[in-house]
Amino acid sequence: MQASHEKIENLNQLPKDIKEASALAGINPTEKERSGSFFQLDHSVICAKSAQEGVEVLGIEDALHKHSWLKNYYWKAVDPDKDEYTKAAKDAPPRGYFLRTLPGVETTYPLQSCLFIGKEGLAQKVHNVIIAEEGSHLHIITGCAVNLHIKGASHIGISEFFVKKNASITFTMVHNWAEGVEVRPRSVAHVEEGGTFMNNYFCLKPVKSLQLYPAIHLLGKGARTSSGSIVMGKGNSLIDIGFRVFLKAENTSAETIARAVAQDQSKIFARGHLIGEVPKIKAHLECRGLILSPRAMIHAIPELEARQENLDMSHEAAVGKIAEKEILYLMSRGLSEDEATSAIIRGFLKVDIKGLPVKLKAEIDKLTEMEFGI
Amino acid sequence: MTKEILKIENLQLEIGGKEILKGLNLTVRKGERTVLFGPNGAGKSSLLYSILGFPGYRPKAGRILFRGKEITDLPVNERVKLGVGVAFQSPPAIHGIKLREMLQICREGISAAQIKRTSKLMNMVEFLDRDVNLGFSGGEAKRAEILQILAQKPGFVMFDEPDSGVDLENVELIGKQIDAFLASHTGMVITHQGYILEFMRATRGCILYDGRIICTGDPKRILRAIRKKGYAGCAICKHPMKR
Repeated sequence: MQASHEKIENLNQLPKDIKEASALAGINPTEKERSGSFFQLDHSVICAKSAQEGVEVLGIEDALHKHSWLKNYYWKAVDPDKDEYTKAAKDAPPRGYFLRTLPGVETTYPLQSCLFIGKEGLAQKVHNVIIAEEGSHLHIITGCAVNLHIKGASHIGISEFFVKKNASITFTMVHNWAEGVEVRPRSVAHVEEGGTFMNNYFCLKPVKSLQLYPAIHLLGKGARTSSGSIVMGKGNSLIDIGFRVFLKAENTSAETIARAVAQDQSKIFARGHLIGEVPKIKAHLECRGLILSPRAMIHAIPELEARQENLDMSHEAAVGKIAEKEILYLMSRGLSEDEATSAIIRGFLKVDIKGLPVKLKAEIDKLTEMEFGI
Repeated sequence: MTKEILKIENLQLEIGGKEILKGLNLTVRKGERTVLFGPNGAGKSSLLYSILGFPGYRPKAGRILFRGKEITDLPVNERVKLGVGVAFQSPPAIHGIKLREMLQICREGISAAQIKRTSKLMNMVEFLDRDVNLGFSGGEAKRAEILQILAQKPGFVMFDEPDSGVDLENVELIGKQIDAFLASHTGMVITHQGYILEFMRATRGCILYDGRIICTGDPKRILRAIRKKGYAGCAICKHPMKR
């Protein structure tokens, strides 16, 4: 039996090191301007609470006990037999979070959830279910992090998103892993008529290997999705990230924007696969990569798959190093070479990611700049 | 004698094994409005990059003095700090850096009111929050360059082909603003066709041909001669003007 951690009343009671590491993944320990908080340390759900009526925040185990209907969602979007990681998650005790907004409810502030590894060698397996009921708007910032001393650990995360009619989920995930951590999220989203799923991802710290390729199914008329990601490869990180969108109903639209920066010996695969299954859909994919070291690699794989006539699908991808003429341009306005390089990287990462509230965007920008020393 | 701003002595420049500048001498004095004429490929832009100190354009021999100080080996930004400025012919687009931020880089502490005022002059207000030069037309990019110069106010500015690839309306706007700016600054305008001279006054013309300055004198006379005889004709002229 795995050792369990004590429950806490609020995130300010977290040990200092955990508080600091999770703050770098966007978690606010004061819980100020958050509509609820969830915290899982290793295998223990130590905090799950809502700060707003109509917003549910529970550990998935409690949620399965509380709502018998949840079995109609649990493992219904992600196939448990998809691969060895989903199988491993299926066989593990139910951990992870359940977040839900009731019909018509809009979260005043984002909910925050954190999955934290504090123990050396831990294999964390979580299964999250996120539901925005009809006409509701659910905003989540989720951070995954490890303690500074962790040399090796692994994280498998199953996430199932259900966006009901005319509802929306904005899901912003910040990863703050370490050089010895292997990460395998497996996520699927179902978006019904008029629904919107906005999926943003930031990975600013080194990781041993990360493979993330959520599938988003736009099932109802007029459903929309937009994905934005900023990934920095550092050290020996191997990062394989992308978004796959199935456009299955008329007037659905998808947009994905990715930025990848590769330093040191890192390798980044930046994927994107948009599948237009019916006419009158619109999909666009944009991927830009910046290579800052001769030993780093970025492999951009944008794919468009059109299965009908009369659809509008496009992509643009560009990968390269910083152009010398851009550095010289800024130097000719008075910046030093280092200042010019930083300004260009900062500009490169300044992506207009949709659905991110101004304040959250500022927090993310701050994390990015701190991480990059720019 | 009026103060020398820029003095270039015996500048020799080689790029990829090819001799571009062959012992060029040029002096620019305070308040002068020099027009540098020359055919395509004469080395006008190379001279400008050399004055700026771009890598790949470091001279093989000769020296460049700015306000009496040798700058031949200084990095680009050090020269800029001393007062060298440039409006590029084809500036690069930079993702994520707005024109407004460029103006803030050009002049630290520039006020919002100053930004607004100068942008209005260049008809660029609506471009301030766009990524610099990204998707700008030829004329818009040139106007953005002049706008940055108006913010930066360098003591000596080189305008590289401000009239190339620009429609007449923009040439007029750009020419008039350069003219107004040079009322209180020293500048050198590089042009191979000379359209810009219809909208700005110049005090001196020079022809750069085959890596050297072959003629110096009244800019309008020089332009007339070029239009009449062509640059090749100027090269064999028996009566080159000297200052």
